[in-house]
Amino acid sequence: MASETNRIDGEGLRAWLLAETPRSRAQSRLGQAYVRWLHFLRNPLAMVGLVIVLALVVVAALAPWLADQSPYAQDLARRLQAPSPAHWFGTDELGRDIYSRLVHGASITLMIVGLVVIIVGPVGLMVGTVAGYLGGWFDTVLMRVTDVFLAFPRLILALAFVAALGPGIENAIIAIAITAWPPYARIARAETLTIRNSDFISAIRLQGAGPLRIILGHVIPLCMSSLIIRITLDMAGIILTAAGLGFLGLGAQPPMPEWGAMISSGRKFLLDQWWVATIPGIAIFVVSLGFNLLGDGLRDVLDPKGK
Amino acid sequence: MSAVAAMIDVAMIVVDGLDVRFGEGAAAVHAVRDARFTVAPGEAFGIVGESGSGKSTVLRALTGLNPDWTGRVAIAGMAQVAHRPREFYKQVQMVFQDPYGSLHPRHTVDRILSEPIAIHGLDKADSRIERVLVDVGLGPDFRFRYPHQLSGGQRQRVAIARALVLEPRILLLDEPTSALDVSVQAEILNLLGRLRREHDLTYMLVTHNLAVVAHMCDRLAVMNQGRIVEEMTVAQLRAGAPREAYTRQLLRASIGYDRQAAEALKTFD
Repeated sequence: MASETNRIDGEGLRAWLLAETPRSRAQSRLGQAYVRWLHFLRNPLAMVGLVIVLALVVVAALAPWLADQSPYAQDLARRLQAPSPAHWFGTDELGRDIYSRLVHGASITLMIVGLVVIIVGPVGLMVGTVAGYLGGWFDTVLMRVTDVFLAFPRLILALAFVAALGPGIENAIIAIAITAWPPYARIARAETLTIRNSDFISAIRLQGAGPLRIILGHVIPLCMSSLIIRITLDMAGIILTAAGLGFLGLGAQPPMPEWGAMISSGRKFLLDQWWVATIPGIAIFVVSLGFNLLGDGLRDVLDPKGK
Repeated sequence: MSAVAAMIDVAMIVVDGLDVRFGEGAAAVHAVRDARFTVAPGEAFGIVGESGSGKSTVLRALTGLNPDWTGRVAIAGMAQVAHRPREFYKQVQMVFQDPYGSLHPRHTVDRILSEPIAIHGLDKADSRIERVLVDVGLGPDFRFRYPHQLSGGQRQRVAIARALVLEPRILLLDEPTSALDVSVQAEILNLLGRLRREHDLTYMLVTHNLAVVAHMCDRLAVMNQGRIVEEMTVAQLRAGAPREAYTRQLLRASIGYDRQAAEALKTFD
């Protein structure tokens, strides 16, 4: 009986979401999102990516409960032990439980990715859309600045910034963000150039709208999808750059359980105690793959040209 | 009608010596040469010509979308410069040719119609939107749909509603029906005719279709190679008595494909 009503309610919700004539702003927006979600569901690889990313979020959120040992607790008597029921992924050179460090490292990885995206997305979007929409001097100046940043190899520039700012996870995030925004500015500008001469932009100009309203309300929503796709695909690169900085000792500092730093410290024992470096390496690989699959799936759903 | 128009000595649109050039040096294109015409209040004035004759360029210069023009343009008694104040757009609105390109793909009809209200700080947004939707024959059911959920004719009705929501006095129509199929064209033309009577609008219609001009307009100008070659009333057009050879050729071409006519086509410089 209860399941019967639930099913009817579920169908009612579905009909409400897919209604041809939505009755309110919220309904039409949710309906649109639901159609996208249905489209996304049809892509199994994208779902795998989504599951991996969600798993990362869950692990990061539940780390204190998932990890049975402290990521910092040293036990030199039990250093470099192979994987066993007591230590699922073995222990490192200071006898710390690698499984616990891995679980606690998830939130660091997530923080790096999240903060870089929060800095890089808006900056790239604003620089690109303003340059593309206003054109002229704005375009020349903003794009030459972008070119200067693009001219350096990304990791080298990040290294230089970290060297200048001092090693540490916050500075690594700032350095990655400084080196990561130019491609987004380029994409946003290219999208803006195709949009700015379309009739619907002329139409809103004829309504008396100023540049700010047009850029924020009309240009940026159309740049968002390609930017989201690109950022998701780049997240693997961001994680790897952060891991690279950690590996070089310029990112997260010991004893922080950052995955790149964990690989770095396990490097010395790679031949005899393979798990110390390999387990965090697999974690980076799986999470990067997850973000890439998710990005590919989002491209199919969001890219209006793909349909 | 013409007697009334003559009594009001302030014309709605006055264009005098309008020149539009694109580019510089050898690559310069002289798109409009010395265009002059006046449109009386409540009148429907058509500009016809083939592709590239400069008819749409005249319209874009009038709206301020194209700032690179010289000459004198006065709208509703106000001389216009390149940059238009916000108030200007409460007087003059435009309907674009392609309803698939003129509506923002990610905005609902509601958003499209409420934006001009927000820009001009008008009150009673809800009732204005509902009224204008009924006015263009769509009704409130369409308010929260996205453009991709609408047909071509419905989209063009939304575009017309967007132009009307600010209650302008002048509507500029850039080939408003040429992207639609024939049965929908007639509906949109009838709608435009009714709206003009009900809201006392002045129309300026640009098209390559002489039948549309004959249906909608009182007077028309014929453009070729950036020049206005002839100005006449629709009655004269109907009587088949154009003065210029170019207009006669355009008239003949508009009747339909005819091998003799096609072979006789000439370029008029």
